[in-house]
Amino acid sequence: MIPELGQFALIVALFVTVVQSVVPLVGAIRGDRTWMDMARPAALAQFALIATAFGALMSCYVTSDFSVLNVVQNSHTDKPLIYKISGVWANHEGSMLLWVLILSIYGMAVSVFGGNLPPGLRARALSVQAMIAFGFLLFILFTSNPFARVDPAPLNGDGLNPLLQDPGLAFHPPFLYLGYVGFSMAFSFAIAALMEGRVDAAWARWVRPWTLVAWCALTLGIAMGSWWAYYTLGWGGWWYWDPVENASFMPWLSGTALLHSSIVVEKRDTLKAWTILLAIVTFSLSLLGTFLVRSGVLTSVHSFAADPTRGVFVLALLVVVTGGSLILFAIRGPTLKGGGLFTPLSREGSLLFNNVLMSTAAGTVLLGTLYPLFADALEMGKVSVGAPFFNAVFIPLMVPMVVTMAVAPLLSWKRGDFAGALGRLKFAFAATVAVAAGTWIAPGGGSGPLWAGRGLGLAAWLAAGTLVEWAERVRLFRAPFSETADRILRLPRSAYGMTVAHIGVAVVIAGITGSSAWTQEKIQVMHPGDVVSLHGYDLRLEGTEDNLQGPNYSILRAHFSVTSGGRPVADLYPEKRMYRQPPRPTTDAAIRTNLLGDLYAVIGDPDGTGGFVTRLYFNPLVPWIFIGAIIMVVGGLVSLTDRRYRVGAPLRTARAMAAQKGRA
Amino acid sequence: MRLGVRLRGLFMGLMLLAVAGPVMAVQPDEVLKDPAMEARARALGRDLRCMVCQNQSIDDSDADLARDLRVLLRQRLVAGDSDEQAKQYLVDRYGDYVLLRPPFKTTTLVLWLGPAALLLAGGWGAVMFFRRRTASAGPAGERPLDETEQRRLKRLLSNDREG
Repeated sequence: MIPELGQFALIVALFVTVVQSVVPLVGAIRGDRTWMDMARPAALAQFALIATAFGALMSCYVTSDFSVLNVVQNSHTDKPLIYKISGVWANHEGSMLLWVLILSIYGMAVSVFGGNLPPGLRARALSVQAMIAFGFLLFILFTSNPFARVDPAPLNGDGLNPLLQDPGLAFHPPFLYLGYVGFSMAFSFAIAALMEGRVDAAWARWVRPWTLVAWCALTLGIAMGSWWAYYTLGWGGWWYWDPVENASFMPWLSGTALLHSSIVVEKRDTLKAWTILLAIVTFSLSLLGTFLVRSGVLTSVHSFAADPTRGVFVLALLVVVTGGSLILFAIRGPTLKGGGLFTPLSREGSLLFNNVLMSTAAGTVLLGTLYPLFADALEMGKVSVGAPFFNAVFIPLMVPMVVTMAVAPLLSWKRGDFAGALGRLKFAFAATVAVAAGTWIAPGGGSGPLWAGRGLGLAAWLAAGTLVEWAERVRLFRAPFSETADRILRLPRSAYGMTVAHIGVAVVIAGITGSSAWTQEKIQVMHPGDVVSLHGYDLRLEGTEDNLQGPNYSILRAHFSVTSGGRPVADLYPEKRMYRQPPRPTTDAAIRTNLLGDLYAVIGDPDGTGGFVTRLYFNPLVPWIFIGAIIMVVGGLVSLTDRRYRVGAPLRTARAMAAQKGRA
Repeated sequence: MRLGVRLRGLFMGLMLLAVAGPVMAVQPDEVLKDPAMEARARALGRDLRCMVCQNQSIDDSDADLARDLRVLLRQRLVAGDSDEQAKQYLVDRYGDYVLLRPPFKTTTLVLWLGPAALLLAGGWGAVMFFRRRTASAGPAGERPLDETEQRRLKRLLSNDREG
């Protein structure tokens, strides 16, 4: 009964999206307010219906209803409750349902918080949101029905891939989708603006916070995935340039560019067409990411051709959305004339420069990810494009960008004083040289590759430059302390957001450099009592325990005692788990961090003589990668609390002004 | 049920960031005695693809083929091959597909020159943007105020005086 209820709700939601796509749009064209306002209740209804369907699927999972095929394929009664819940989106059908659920949540947000939007813009944007939802609901109902029944119902399910039974990965997809789908807001408003032929500061002021929400969620989602890879894959790597990773990284890159160019639209009323294009491209890359991962095309062009129904559907959706919006852009884009003038050496100019680099980076990742498919399809032979290619091309693009990131905030709008800005960065320059030289001289620093010092120097440049900008804004040490204190309190939150997020980037760069330059690794067979020395630590294998029981797996656990100069430091308990259903092994690395580096231990297979293969690593600065990503997200959230972006703020300002006028 | 089993392979994609099980790649018995040569082997291994895996290097993969290639690579190094010779040895047998960093040749021209072309296109677009703007706005990048702006300025100034 419950699954049928869910499916019925989805079908009704499909019809609601039809109404929501057509009626408000016609209303906006004819200037009929009643028709336009139809969009708001429709968006609410759409959310309620999709949430009902999602709730129905979740209830099937929680109660282990094995008459539903999807539950049979992805669940098992032994699974802990949290993985029964995450099982809902740990499969194709359920994850698509999550996709439309999040889309409808954003639509509802427009409907609830969008009271201050111009009615025409709101109606058109909600209509575009509904068109996207229509496409995806059609996709779910016709090719990926999560509520399909199976008869007779089996006694138990097949279980969930053990790799997915992990807290880091359980909540990775929702955050990723909050990001992907969040860019649909910018997209819908971009299309609506193209239809209206008008992009102004009010438009940017609405789009920017939602882009920021999506960006924060996507950053967190990517960081969670990377962190998961780090501690479960068992050799201390955290980024692989895998096509599936690239799929989420491309929208992140262009989304970051969008975030910055929308600042220019808001503050300076220029770069409008470019920003609209970025909004279209970012959401298209999100769709492309969904297509790449969902269609099986990545494994090989041929496996895609073997079972193409779903792939072709998503591809068609992609072509309609991207192609349609690009055609609209080609027609209407040139009419979007910007107002604010600026010279190349200005804040706008440097933002544009970084936009070009960011977009090139996104295009490069796209090219590298798709090239093997094209080469295969065009019979040019099989080509591998892996990490060495991406590192070779990506890093040269990122270095000038990071260098500019420190200078740009010091340039004023319109026409900046470039020489003056460089002069004010004397301290940052000194810090860069000191860090780069210090890295080289420091004990062990010279053992790394030559670029290690440059990498850390770059991080120092960005961090110091960002702090210099902040110090200048609050007139630190230049004005009496009371004035500085006052400025510190009054500085807008969005300025703090920028400072914090850019420092986060510096921390990530330091982490990447450290982990690539100085990782130490020891691979060996150890018997109980054996000691391995690594980075000044002695790791002694005290023993192993076999056949410990987890909720749905058995555990082989090793115990290492770690000492440094005879002084005990820590005990590490790496595990190897064997899941019962499906029977597959996973590793659980033991990590001891002191924030400057991780001691990382993995237990492998027995060698048959009482010994075990062990892998012991010292991974310097790796925690900084994840800490830096979290700092970036915090920066985004701080910026979101800026009262200028607080949802509904313009409305209150307008009311206050009206009230003042009334009094006057 | 057969259908389910077949489709399941397709579904896992999204969540599997790196399409890998627990990685138990290089085994202790493969490691060469000479640490310098082993370091070379590890560095080379990271640039070589395990052909039966999805986008994994032989250094990361626990597949049997990857192990065979690692052992083969080490044999070549021990036999006195340079890094390039050892790589070439594998390319001769398995083709360019084994290289994670594809060689620069006609079939990979678009791949290697693409990023530079994108950057040039972006840079050219930016230059054109500034040219057009300055052309329409006069050499100094400024233009005289138009009528509405003049009026607005006057209004603002008079407001100022009144306030």
